[in-house]
Amino acid sequence: MSRRRHSDESDAGSQPHKRRRTSEPIEIEDRLESLICRVGEKSTSSLESNLEGLAGVLEADLPNYKSKILRILCAVARILPEKLTVYTTLVGLLNARNYNFGGEFVEAMIRQLKETLKSNLYSEALYLVRFLSDLVNCHVIAAPSMVAMFENFVSVTQEEDIPQVRSDWYVYAVLSSLPWVGKELYEKKDVEMDRLLNQIEGYLKRRQKTHVPMLQVWTAEKPHPQEEYLDCLWAQVQKLKKDRWQERHILRPYIAFDSVLCEALQHNLPPFTPPAHSDDAVYPMPHVVFRMFDYTDAPEGPVMPGSHSVERFVIEENLHCIIKSHWRERKTCAAQLLSYPGKNKIPLNYHIVEVIFGELFQLPGPPHIDVMYTALLIELCKLQPGSLPQVLAQATEMMYMRLDTMNTTCIDRLINWFSHHLSNFQFRWSWDDWADCLTQDIEKPKPKFVKEVLEKCMRLSYHQRIVDIVPPSFTALIPANPVCSYKYGDEADSSLPGLAMTTTVGNAIKNRASNEEILIVLKDVPNPNQDDDDDEGDGFNPLKIEVFLQTLLHLAAKSSSHSFSALAKFHEVLKTLTDSDEGKLHILRVLYEFWRNHPQMISVLVDKLIRTQIVDCAAVANWIFSPEMAHDFTRFYVWEILHSTIRKMNKHVQKIQKELDEAKVKLEKQQNKKQRDSGDEEDMEKNSEDEEGQLEEQIERLQEKVESAQSEQKNLFLVIFQRFIMLLTEHLVRCETSGIDINTTWYKNCIERLQQIFLMHHVIIQQYMGTLENLLFTAELDHHILTVYQQFCALHL
Amino acid sequence: MSIKLNALFSDSYVDISQYRDQHFKGNRYEQEKLLKQSCTLYVGNLSFYTTEEQVHELFSKSGDVKRIIIGLDKVKKTACGFCFVEYYTRADAENAMRFINGTRLDDRIIRTDWDAGFKEGRQFGRGKSGGQQHNTSVKTSRSPRAFSCFPS
Repeated sequence: MSRRRHSDESDAGSQPHKRRRTSEPIEIEDRLESLICRVGEKSTSSLESNLEGLAGVLEADLPNYKSKILRILCAVARILPEKLTVYTTLVGLLNARNYNFGGEFVEAMIRQLKETLKSNLYSEALYLVRFLSDLVNCHVIAAPSMVAMFENFVSVTQEEDIPQVRSDWYVYAVLSSLPWVGKELYEKKDVEMDRLLNQIEGYLKRRQKTHVPMLQVWTAEKPHPQEEYLDCLWAQVQKLKKDRWQERHILRPYIAFDSVLCEALQHNLPPFTPPAHSDDAVYPMPHVVFRMFDYTDAPEGPVMPGSHSVERFVIEENLHCIIKSHWRERKTCAAQLLSYPGKNKIPLNYHIVEVIFGELFQLPGPPHIDVMYTALLIELCKLQPGSLPQVLAQATEMMYMRLDTMNTTCIDRLINWFSHHLSNFQFRWSWDDWADCLTQDIEKPKPKFVKEVLEKCMRLSYHQRIVDIVPPSFTALIPANPVCSYKYGDEADSSLPGLAMTTTVGNAIKNRASNEEILIVLKDVPNPNQDDDDDEGDGFNPLKIEVFLQTLLHLAAKSSSHSFSALAKFHEVLKTLTDSDEGKLHILRVLYEFWRNHPQMISVLVDKLIRTQIVDCAAVANWIFSPEMAHDFTRFYVWEILHSTIRKMNKHVQKIQKELDEAKVKLEKQQNKKQRDSGDEEDMEKNSEDEEGQLEEQIERLQEKVESAQSEQKNLFLVIFQRFIMLLTEHLVRCETSGIDINTTWYKNCIERLQQIFLMHHVIIQQYMGTLENLLFTAELDHHILTVYQQFCALHL
Repeated sequence: MSIKLNALFSDSYVDISQYRDQHFKGNRYEQEKLLKQSCTLYVGNLSFYTTEEQVHELFSKSGDVKRIIIGLDKVKKTACGFCFVEYYTRADAENAMRFINGTRLDDRIIRTDWDAGFKEGRQFGRGKSGGQQHNTSVKTSRSPRAFSCFPS
């Protein structure tokens, strides 16, 4: 057994230490990387003296390590945007000491910019553009050449037949650099800049904004309008211009070095033509700016910058960048957020909470996994126990107040976040503050929210706990005790069909009967549906399914593991009984009947039934839209099941596609090898031919499998959309003929659930747009429903 | 453009710990290799009353759970404060290590660690009295569930 000490291993949260015994070039390179990456962090010396010192060290290392230093600096420009001005200052100092190095760095940056644009890495490209623009402030790049690059960017708006999201990005790249460099560019080239801004204004006026309603977290304009991101940024830039480009929030270390930097020679950016549009370009989707706080919300201390101030933009950008850099390590992330430079001048806790919820509620989806935000908020509460929990409580209260206009998908995420958060704090909450929801119809957003939260809280604890934590007045909102409902129990009516059989079946199971034996026993169960001429009795028999499944589930009700074992053991029986579509639908009905008070069990068992191929995904979709499920149609668990089902279908297709791709690669390798080895002995050639033949067969089989899976996937979406259209059309027609307002609580829920299908699976659905448009979302459709489809299309225009 | 800046973006919540299973059949290298590829987590410091369903609800937040095996006291065959959670993908298990490890389940701060993979027998506690080696679980007034196996 090895006694090697693992000196490189680290405990969670601490940094790994690298200790090597000899001083090799690789050690020096690591040291350089470390020095550059860490500059700007907490230190006993001032930032200026650290930058000065580092510039000296790097200048000395340039003869031997120039390319490494270039690569590190290009990398920090690309992936550490929150420290932009620290690094532009560093580059400025280096350029002042070594003009050639400055030139090489600028060239390397332009190369990197081209590469990121070609590789669809648009956020990184944005940071590079911003970096280049700030280099103007450091006297590395001449202002006129930066203006020329911006002019080329804006001219993309004149291109024809391009997706709007393409020109959007280039305009955004220009506008979002102006907080850093607007002043300098206007001082040097005001006529050109005015012309540029006019062109941008014209573009913003004529661009399409169909996508906006689908991306808004709240539909109401008050208290804070959910603005489209380009509109908001434009307003911020306009205000900045009115203030004569005076910007006071950004930390600018280069100001302290002005006398040195002034002496430096500047470089001209080479003329930069944006790469042409190609079909495989994937531009960023538009988004809406999330705002929940304003200056009235922070009761004491520094004032929150206004929604159209450029400070607000810069703060939010930097906080988003910090999360992007450190999301994997929640302690580090929280610490970095809380040590934001300039934090004493802003209500930082409010900004942090707003940015975090902004990400969590972002549509179509958050940039990172939902549970990360829960963990991050908990860490932040730990680090600021005297202030952050209060801001969080205030935010929760505000969101509760505005539930009526909140997008259903966002409410889902809020439910998940709040219940999980509470479970970490002994479920302590001032429920009485929300007593207003008790007088409302239980389907209204507020009582519905509380009910769903309590259901989720119960899943993380147990029923009695929930009863204990809420005031007695909230009894109506407490979830049902999650026990099973066995219809053939002791209290069952003696005339219930199949009752006697359940004892027989139950005994057979307890006596370890085999699948065949069970099927024989079940032959005696009469079929309420059929005529006498079906001798075999192999057709769909709902009573057989009920008798067997109810008995089985009852015997296995102790835990989900018991139930899984039961389903596995009698897989054959279940497969036989559910051979038809009706059978599949019925097994889901019986499952629901049995576990209707325990939605979590329904969820995990449906998952198992799909994975063991007893039911298919379309059956689950049809079951959810069936009339029997109408009263649960607005419950959260139902949609969790549907989305989970869709995800399983998607993963299945991906998996087979991957197998196919791997087989193709293998074949290619085999064929290349054969070409190289040709001329070898006959035996080897014969073997490799056999292998090739096998691979080709395999590829053919996999190709068929992929096509079949994709067909199933397309069919699943067709079923779902078709059912939505039917339900919604029915409602709209009924309202029209009776003269009622269509906007009922149910309707809002249903139409937003339709939206949710598009949003949560937009990548896959895009593949099938042609079919959807031809078969379902045609011009004859009611415009209320068609609008949802059109908004979805607008996301990728 | 391929430089990764290792010095900065550590992912330490995902690193393997110092623990090695003494009963593992294989050498240290093999065990570590399995740990680094594993989709299975050991979860410790559970309450004796924490159910499989509670574990499922919490750990589903980082991805689809393949199976959960509740740890049992070797003698009493009752839950004794640990379990295994297996995911379908490594990425989902990593997110559990990043965001669920060190948070609360049933009011207790739970601890997750990589496991080389569940094998029959590993669900039994190895402490002297039959429970976990390091047992800090406290009994409350609920009675623990007895896990009799479903007749097979």
